Amino acid sequence: MTPDTLYHLRTFVYLFASVTFVIGLKRMGNPATARGGNLFAAAGMILAIIATIFINVKKNVLADGTIAYIQSQPASIIYILIFVAIALGTVIGWTTAKRVQMTRMPELVSMFNGMGGACAALIGLMEFHHNTGNTGALIAIILGMIIGSVSFSGSVIAYLKLNGTMQKPVRLPSYNIINSVWMLAMFVFGAYMILGGTDSMLLLYLLFAVALAYGILFVIPIGGADMPVVISLLNSFTGLAAAFGGFLYGNKVMLTGGILVGSAGTLLTIVMCKAMNRPLSNVIFGAFGGSTDAGNTTDVKGSIKDMSVSDAAVLLNYSKKVVIVPGYGLAVAQAQHVIHELEMLLEERGVEVKYAIHPVAGRMPGHMNVLLAESNVDYSKLVEMDDINPELEQTDVVLVVGANDVVNPAAKTDPSSPIYGMPILEVDKAKNIIVNKRSMSAGYAGIENLLFYNPKTSMLFGDAKKALSELVNELKTLG
Amino acid sequence: MIEQIFEFIGKHEEMIFFILLSVFVGVEVIGGVPTVLHTPLMSGANAIHGVVIVGAIIVMLNLEPDNLTGLILGFLAVVLGTLNVVGGFVVTDRMLEMFKKK
Repeated sequence: MTPDTLYHLRTFVYLFASVTFVIGLKRMGNPATARGGNLFAAAGMILAIIATIFINVKKNVLADGTIAYIQSQPASIIYILIFVAIALGTVIGWTTAKRVQMTRMPELVSMFNGMGGACAALIGLMEFHHNTGNTGALIAIILGMIIGSVSFSGSVIAYLKLNGTMQKPVRLPSYNIINSVWMLAMFVFGAYMILGGTDSMLLLYLLFAVALAYGILFVIPIGGADMPVVISLLNSFTGLAAAFGGFLYGNKVMLTGGILVGSAGTLLTIVMCKAMNRPLSNVIFGAFGGSTDAGNTTDVKGSIKDMSVSDAAVLLNYSKKVVIVPGYGLAVAQAQHVIHELEMLLEERGVEVKYAIHPVAGRMPGHMNVLLAESNVDYSKLVEMDDINPELEQTDVVLVVGANDVVNPAAKTDPSSPIYGMPILEVDKAKNIIVNKRSMSAGYAGIENLLFYNPKTSMLFGDAKKALSELVNELKTLG
Repeated sequence: MIEQIFEFIGKHEEMIFFILLSVFVGVEVIGGVPTVLHTPLMSGANAIHGVVIVGAIIVMLNLEPDNLTGLILGFLAVVLGTLNVVGGFVVTDRMLEMFKKK
């Protein structure tokens, strides 16, 4: 094929790939078509990558207006390196993604997002020196590098927070001021790199370091419960960084993919914040998390009532309607299969069982649904918050497993509480409440939960998997 | 000032329309998605921005074979981009696989 045919072929592939991204994302918005949508987008991506590697033609507009298509032949060592790099990335990415437990998905998504950000940052590092003086290209290079770096280091911190390595939010004194000043300085520095006419690689690496540090400063003060929002935000950052790359190369598939994710990710972030009834600024600038805030000083009245496994089994066995509230504790204990067993056992005895899913239960919206679907829980048994709340009054027993903040009545009653205003599952309306928790420690938001002191509440202490297995065994003896 | 802005718009007319419309497409495509699908959707979007790997490959293809720093950074960028793409799509597929039953 002639260079110009090849060039048009590549353009066609890019066009096709862009369409797969849009249709793929659209189909991912519906449970019935979601899986196909993902695979469709993946196919488009593979084609775009193949076309980029094998069709190496540049379009040059000559002085007299004619267009020349120039095919170049890079050294074979470059092709070898590209193939080795892709093979390496595929093997590592594939095995990690296949092996990871469902409960750890959120942190993995965060990690992969960081890889994309780092990739964008490296492109900026490499492209800088042969574009000095070209303001348009420099804007794309510098902004792409800054945003990519922030996304990378921020995602790594989010990863560490989600897997429990970094437990408490780290708050420097007046961290909001430090962060704002740092961000401002970073963009002024960036503007200098674009407009100042410098070609210093040392300064470029310094800016790289400043951006990495900003990503860390940005995420460390944010509480673990808000990590889903942060990941979604960083996800759209990486999209933006990819779009800047597309702008730099005039590459339309990078532009579509990047902008699509940038805008969709921003919207998704806002939707998530709405689900928690908090503005995005509140997430970023704080007022939430494990520090000693106002909510901790709430006077606790009443006492905790302990319950034995056999009492719990009897109570459940003779109920008409049971609602299970799963939380992150369930995920950590890997108790999703046991809870399904418990549910089936109760259903056999004629008890109606449903699951109440809070929009932010777990570490990501929809996390609980994925987890319970894994253990074959019927999709129709998972009821969203707004639909289950009116039913709770007629519920005999609510079984809370490893959930805390999403059932905390302080969100409705205590205006001084940091979670005040967040919609919750109103489990205190039910006739009986059984709470399974590992210990009396506060939830991810670090707030005391008055539900535990409610006279209707009984506590079933212990690891979720262990406690539920005992409950299942106890129920079998009752049968 | 206004003239400069007009000139910029005129010069990048095609690109600006393209970007603007893509933003709307992104917003439209996500609108009204049930909460249940937020995690897989975020993960799917995460895989799609892995398209940044195309940029990394372009950098590699334009490198001189004796530019050692460039080759190392480029190699690293391609590995990271591949991780984003492959890991992203595979994780999303695993999540969505669970919605298919029944």
